[in-house]
Amino acid sequence: MVRAFNTIAFDAAKCDGCGDCMVACAQAKTGTDDIARSRIQIVGREKDFELALCRQCADPKCVTVCPAGALGKDGETGVIGWDASKCVDCLLCTVGCAYAGIALDEVSGHVSKCDTCDGNPACVPACPHGALKYITTANIYNEVGDWEDLFAPGLAGCQGCNTELLMRHTLRRVGPDTVLATPPGCVPGMGSVGFNGTTGTKVPVFHPLLTNTAAMLAGIKRQYKRVGREINALAIAGDGGASDVGFQSLSGAAERGEQMLFMVVDNEGYMNTGMQRSSCTPYGAWTSTTPVGAGCSAGMPSQGKTQDAKNLPLIMVNHRCAYVATASTAYMEDLYEKLDKALLASKTGFAYLHVYSPCTTGWRFPTHQNMEVARKAVETNFVMLWEFTPQKGLRFTKPVDDPLPVTEYLKVMGRFRHLSEDQITHIQGKVVENAKFVQRFSEQAHGG
Amino acid sequence: MDQAMEQTKYLIVGSSHAALEAVSAIRMHDPEGSLTVVTRDAHLPYSPTVLPYVVSGKSAPERIFLRDDDFFARNKVSYRPKAALAALHADSNTAELADGSHLAYEKLLLATGASPAIPPIPGIDTVSYHVLRTLDDALKLRDAIAKSKQAVVLGAGLVGMHAAENLVKAGASVTIVEMSDQLTAGYFDKVAAQMIEQAFIDNGAKIMTGNRVVRLEPSPVGAKLTLENGTTLEADLLLVATGVKPEMAYLNGSGVEHGQGILVDDRMQTSVANVWAAGDCAQARGFFTDTQVMNAILPDATVQGRVAGMAMAGDPGIKEYPGGVPLNTYHFFGRHAISVGSSKVPEGGEVVTRFDEKTGRYLKAIFQDGRLTGIFGVNEFFDGGVMCQLILRRIDLTDVKERLLANPLAVGREIMSKTWR
Ligand SMILES: Cc1cc2nc3c(=O)[nH]c(=O)nc-3n(C[C@H](O)[C@H](O)[C@H](O)COP(=O)(O)OP(=O)(O)OC[C@H]3O[C@@H](n4cnc5c(N)ncnc54)[C@H](O)[C@@H]3O)c2cc1C
Repeated sequence: MVRAFNTIAFDAAKCDGCGDCMVACAQAKTGTDDIARSRIQIVGREKDFELALCRQCADPKCVTVCPAGALGKDGETGVIGWDASKCVDCLLCTVGCAYAGIALDEVSGHVSKCDTCDGNPACVPACPHGALKYITTANIYNEVGDWEDLFAPGLAGCQGCNTELLMRHTLRRVGPDTVLATPPGCVPGMGSVGFNGTTGTKVPVFHPLLTNTAAMLAGIKRQYKRVGREINALAIAGDGGASDVGFQSLSGAAERGEQMLFMVVDNEGYMNTGMQRSSCTPYGAWTSTTPVGAGCSAGMPSQGKTQDAKNLPLIMVNHRCAYVATASTAYMEDLYEKLDKALLASKTGFAYLHVYSPCTTGWRFPTHQNMEVARKAVETNFVMLWEFTPQKGLRFTKPVDDPLPVTEYLKVMGRFRHLSEDQITHIQGKVVENAKFVQRFSEQAHGG
Repeated sequence: MDQAMEQTKYLIVGSSHAALEAVSAIRMHDPEGSLTVVTRDAHLPYSPTVLPYVVSGKSAPERIFLRDDDFFARNKVSYRPKAALAALHADSNTAELADGSHLAYEKLLLATGASPAIPPIPGIDTVSYHVLRTLDDALKLRDAIAKSKQAVVLGAGLVGMHAAENLVKAGASVTIVEMSDQLTAGYFDKVAAQMIEQAFIDNGAKIMTGNRVVRLEPSPVGAKLTLENGTTLEADLLLVATGVKPEMAYLNGSGVEHGQGILVDDRMQTSVANVWAAGDCAQARGFFTDTQVMNAILPDATVQGRVAGMAMAGDPGIKEYPGGVPLNTYHFFGRHAISVGSSKVPEGGEVVTRFDEKTGRYLKAIFQDGRLTGIFGVNEFFDGGVMCQLILRRIDLTDVKERLLANPLAVGREIMSKTWR
């Protein structure tokens, strides 16, 4: 298993070139305020700033061209270390690196490069605009990498499918002592229930109807309990199955406090069967049943969905489930924390995890953009990440104090391309209203 | 054929930069296939480039190795020092080693580098002299320098200049004899060479450019040199550093085509099936010419080794060799010089220079049609790797030329972050 590493991430859009990071680095590394000696270099002019910083490459050229064996990548931390006692100051590394990640410090006469301050980079907290982040999600991937993947290799998902990522992660975490229910949707569509008499999972899996997933899973869990065997009852359902026809069985199981973990993969429509709208499809979105164009809707012009989405996770809060949370694959640490809590809660009651899951095929964006789309949804407050327990109430886990305009989210995909100004205004208004609405829940929890 | 001849899937000859990069590239794609490295050297892998620092004492000889036994064990590589390739029998896919043994390969990489070229000066075989290419050479030279009072260095390339500086610092009186009329020709232009020369003179070295040794003979001190102009010099230490020649004597009769070096295509394959070559022994496409050239520098050896390894392992991710770009860095008496790209001014090319007497900062850049073809600095630091990308990508710099020259470090980085970050 290849290891993942922590990394310093830079968001150019948030950088105003103030240089505080360089001062912090120079102070930490040279004891001076001389920003020319900083190992992080902000470059650019006016409003357009970029970064020169060692990327701690996986296949580092500086290391391969070093004649003295003075540079080497640490297998544990991923940091490319420089050994002063071996370096001969030949500068060949600076010729090897195409990213200006290692350069001459004219004062010391040696090369210098970022060593991430041993995992506590001085530049990151110095940035007043949040343009620098130290991303530690790698720890999760390393840990998860050691767990068994309980889905068969080679599921038939679309290229760049977020759901496949999510379900593989989830089942790895929930583990082998699991019975899995996957109602009709993308999950069985790509092969969870298998082909030709073999399942697509290494755990027992079944394929309920859209309407009875929670009911069937509840029965199975109870039967296992009766025979004295502890299992995790896990459902991975789509938003259609959960919020539309499957809703009564879901609501019933939640109301009865059945001991299960019900995960909804919300891709905002029936994507598996040809991208029809669901009650989770947002206002204005194109789907195959909310088309766009003149005369395409019974002879009338149409501009996408005309109703707002149902807020299913909030409805689940109103069931006072043992645990309810929303999550996004763009925030994996947050997702894993919630998965752990949900799993624990499912031992004694009903746990509901709602994951916003962009769909490259149905939402029409390039296959490599999934995380970016998911992140933009959060950064604009189009979706909000929070968790709820009856004891502590609702709490935002990734509060966005200064949300980007919703157009930043709408413009990264094709399903909103046709929107009129009025529609955009409607959506922005809805985002604000939604945020206030959920905010009130959280205030009650803390202030009350 | 004699009974059970030893077989290996991959055979790599040589243990330096090109060879090591090929090992990594092969293992990236084929973790299991049997892999054997044979090398003439007696040690673990090290770089010839570090040797001047072994000579000066800056690098401890036992700390210069680029890989250890554990690396070869982990990567399932059979590493065999003191095993020189003597003859290649390409028709039967076998390599004959100096001890007479044979090894059968499926794929062979020749990464045998270069050796010092010894000029045919009359009498050269009657005197003892030093060269610098192997660790053993370096240790001998290090010991000799400690004792030397009057030394002569033949050749003012980077190897000779490095050694001369070491000699100066060790307190010997040093004379550098160079055939051409400028130092470090080929790497640096006249202005830069002048700055280098001045630094040496300031530190007490004698430099005789445009001079040629016509005779060598033993003398009580060591060696007596007679120059073309009649001058004679006495040396207790003579270092021959007049250039290198590719190591390829084993090719004789193998059918592998060679010119100045072993001729290879853009995947480092030779004219013969199952045989590749990379590094200082190879003659590959030049970036600035359509012909095959020698570009005997470390960074290029790694690039070529990487391409060869990927080709040998059948890695579909292979990118063809873009052609060699000259790159050099040079440290002298606490100053530094960097050269990236071709020092030749192409037809219709534009040369821009700036020189600051006070700080001794010198910068020269060559453009053709707004594209950078070469950039050279003394005491002016810029990111050589970034400049090299500007050249390789043929980026149009017409609009930023002035700014780039004023501040190559910042503007280079700016372009980098907009273009290939
Ligand atoms: C003193 C010195 C200073 C240098 N400084 C610089 C510098 O500053 N910048 C720069 O870019 N380059 C520099 N170079 C050049 C650089 O070292 C070479 O370009 C680089 O080492 C080439 O790598 P290579 O793998 O092709 O060959 P080499 O490093 O020459 O290695 C060849 C290998 O093949 C082995 N070998 C040779 N013949 C046989 C045989 N018949 N059978 C088995 N094995 C064999 C050798 O033992 C060795 O392991 C310098 C070279 C020297 C000598």
